[in-house]
Amino acid sequence: MSSTTNLGDKIVIKGASLLGEKATDLLLEDGVIREIGTVSGKGARVIEADGLVALPGLVDLHTHLREPGREDAETIRTGSAAAAVGGYTAVLAMANTSPVTDTAENAERVFDLGRAAGLVDVHPVGAVTRGLAGEELAELGLMATSRARVRVFSDDGKCVGDARVMRRALEYVKAFGGVVSQHSQDSSLAGASACCHEGEISGQLGLPGWPGIAEEVIVARDVMLARHTGSRVHVAHVSTAGSVEVIRWAKAQGLDVTAEVTPHHLLLTTDLLTGYDPTFKVNPPLRPVEDVEALRSALADGTIDAVATDHAPHARHDKEHAFVDAAFGMLGLETALAVVNTVMRGNDLLDWAGVARVMSASPARIAGLGDHGQELVVGAPANLTLIDPDASVTVDRDASVSLSRNNPWHGRTLTGAVHATLLRGEPTVLEGKLV
Amino acid sequence: MKHLLSINDLSVDDIETIFTTAAEMHDVQRREVKKLPALRGRTVINLFFEDSTRTRSSFEIAGKWLSADTINITGKGSSTSKGESLRDTVLTVCAMGVDALVMRHHASGSAQQVSEWVDAVVINAGDGTHEHPTQALLDAYALQQRLGSLEGRRIAVVGDLTHSRVFRSNVLCLTKLGADVTVVAPPTLMPSGVEAWSKSAGFATSYDLDQVLPTADAVMMLRVQRERMNGAFFPTAREYTVRYGLTRDRLAALKPDTPILHPGPMNRGLEIAADAADAAQSLVLDQVSAGVAVRMSVLYHLLAGEESA
Repeated sequence: MSSTTNLGDKIVIKGASLLGEKATDLLLEDGVIREIGTVSGKGARVIEADGLVALPGLVDLHTHLREPGREDAETIRTGSAAAAVGGYTAVLAMANTSPVTDTAENAERVFDLGRAAGLVDVHPVGAVTRGLAGEELAELGLMATSRARVRVFSDDGKCVGDARVMRRALEYVKAFGGVVSQHSQDSSLAGASACCHEGEISGQLGLPGWPGIAEEVIVARDVMLARHTGSRVHVAHVSTAGSVEVIRWAKAQGLDVTAEVTPHHLLLTTDLLTGYDPTFKVNPPLRPVEDVEALRSALADGTIDAVATDHAPHARHDKEHAFVDAAFGMLGLETALAVVNTVMRGNDLLDWAGVARVMSASPARIAGLGDHGQELVVGAPANLTLIDPDASVTVDRDASVSLSRNNPWHGRTLTGAVHATLLRGEPTVLEGKLV
Repeated sequence: MKHLLSINDLSVDDIETIFTTAAEMHDVQRREVKKLPALRGRTVINLFFEDSTRTRSSFEIAGKWLSADTINITGKGSSTSKGESLRDTVLTVCAMGVDALVMRHHASGSAQQVSEWVDAVVINAGDGTHEHPTQALLDAYALQQRLGSLEGRRIAVVGDLTHSRVFRSNVLCLTKLGADVTVVAPPTLMPSGVEAWSKSAGFATSYDLDQVLPTADAVMMLRVQRERMNGAFFPTAREYTVRYGLTRDRLAALKPDTPILHPGPMNRGLEIAADAADAAQSLVLDQVSAGVAVRMSVLYHLLAGEESA
């Protein structure tokens, strides 16, 4: 295999199974898929893909890259690397950095750093409100018309709690086809020290929690606001069966509501908290198994549109505290595909086409990314991921390319491994390693 | 048993062993010369991140009477993720050469986390709203002294259960010892998920103190913070007293020999009337005295027991 490849070189992928269907070759040239069928590898760099499944490059609607501000936890480069290793070709970088992404200048800075890293397309999410304070709108339109072309807006980490502000944000972004991604959490039902799901486990552990209803009342309010304003709303990291019911109802009404679920909410449950290990402290919190089952069904039947990682790196010293004092969040980019494969495909809830839908096509559509999430057809951008579907991988947090180690999957065995990732025809990952 | 973090760490046999030794220590307590040489040369640090008078001094006396070098470190811990991490704090303390860490901290689970970081024996002297195992042991010990076996005894635990580590340790300890426990609180102060928990753990719940009191063999009143009304847990201190306080009228409804317990510090006039606190059947001061004996026993078994085991 040649180690020197420039954009414009030809790449032939031999024998990949497209969405798990028929095995075929793909010729990639000038950043697009040039041919599909039997292709000669002559004069081209060949990637042997026998037994591998080809999916469109994955798109993450919800990533925390920590730069600017907390470059000790993650940088745009290291986070991009984690994304590429996880099979992603595009990520949306949340706005809760320091400074907050609430101006065109800040958004362009994130965008440019993503381009400079060059491993995935980094699209900044703009804050809904200035400084994430929940009071005045951030410069939504200037971010939208900036070089970063921001379309997704979120105060993630915080809920846009004020109904008047949320209503205006939903109305305002209609002018440029934006969408508000809401972190649904009623602050009066989730106290300042709340650190986990409120239920039997928290009652026994003596941990202050917040109940599922704190999420559900905001989801319910927001879908009604979407109906009133005729706007789009996206529900970030849905975590409860009750939220699923509300979203299902909203979609049945024809409202323009979309939703995402994280890999961890598809598998991990609140009883992991009995050891008080802050690795499992996350917002929204891990919930009981009944919620997990409802989320899986909702992802399978399309009520939930997308899987989004909520990749949330934290420096060790921000996690090595008592549980209530430790930071919220867990890593997710490198393991997301394996989790979805294990949980959803492994239980016959999704096939590969379904995995491509929830991890690539739908998130790309929600975020308005035309170059991503497209079908693997001739002429489409050559953003794709090759997966070894049967690889059994025991996760080792120290093998991560992220700067952080708050990995809730450490020691777990998952099925499926990313073999290669290609961004506009250029390999970013080969044989599971960064190029 | 390497640490004492939760009542769940103890078998019934462990508890009986602690009580047997505590009874011996209790005798020592009544001697003129109280010092035993058992823990000579051992170092016990009382690491208290939260204010405490009775628990800290009780552990201090217990350590001193066993001849351990007992040192108190107090101060507010880093309550945000910005200060020194809890891990750094305890590693620093333990690097000085410590055999046992008696720890109180505002965060539930902190004692368990610390036990995973240090080599020293960790004794949980109260972790947030989670547990306070030596308090439950001394309560059960004091009760046994008064009632004999707790098997089948009906014990009411009344008060702010949600925020009470004393409740959590006590319900585990008393049910382990075979007592028939009913916990009483307004619905707002019941721990979340108590319906399922009480079923699996085998205790009862009630919102109605007057229904529970007449048949109770012992009543444990828990402290209620006056500020709880700010979180809409109850309307006023007055209403709380009327509905859930051990008032003079309710004292009269008790059997005259029914023991009354309170872990202190008491809010006289709120959860417990002065008449009840000072009644002949009140065990409040017995609890304090039992506390030293039980903590001597716990220190002895965790530290001296290390070599014999």
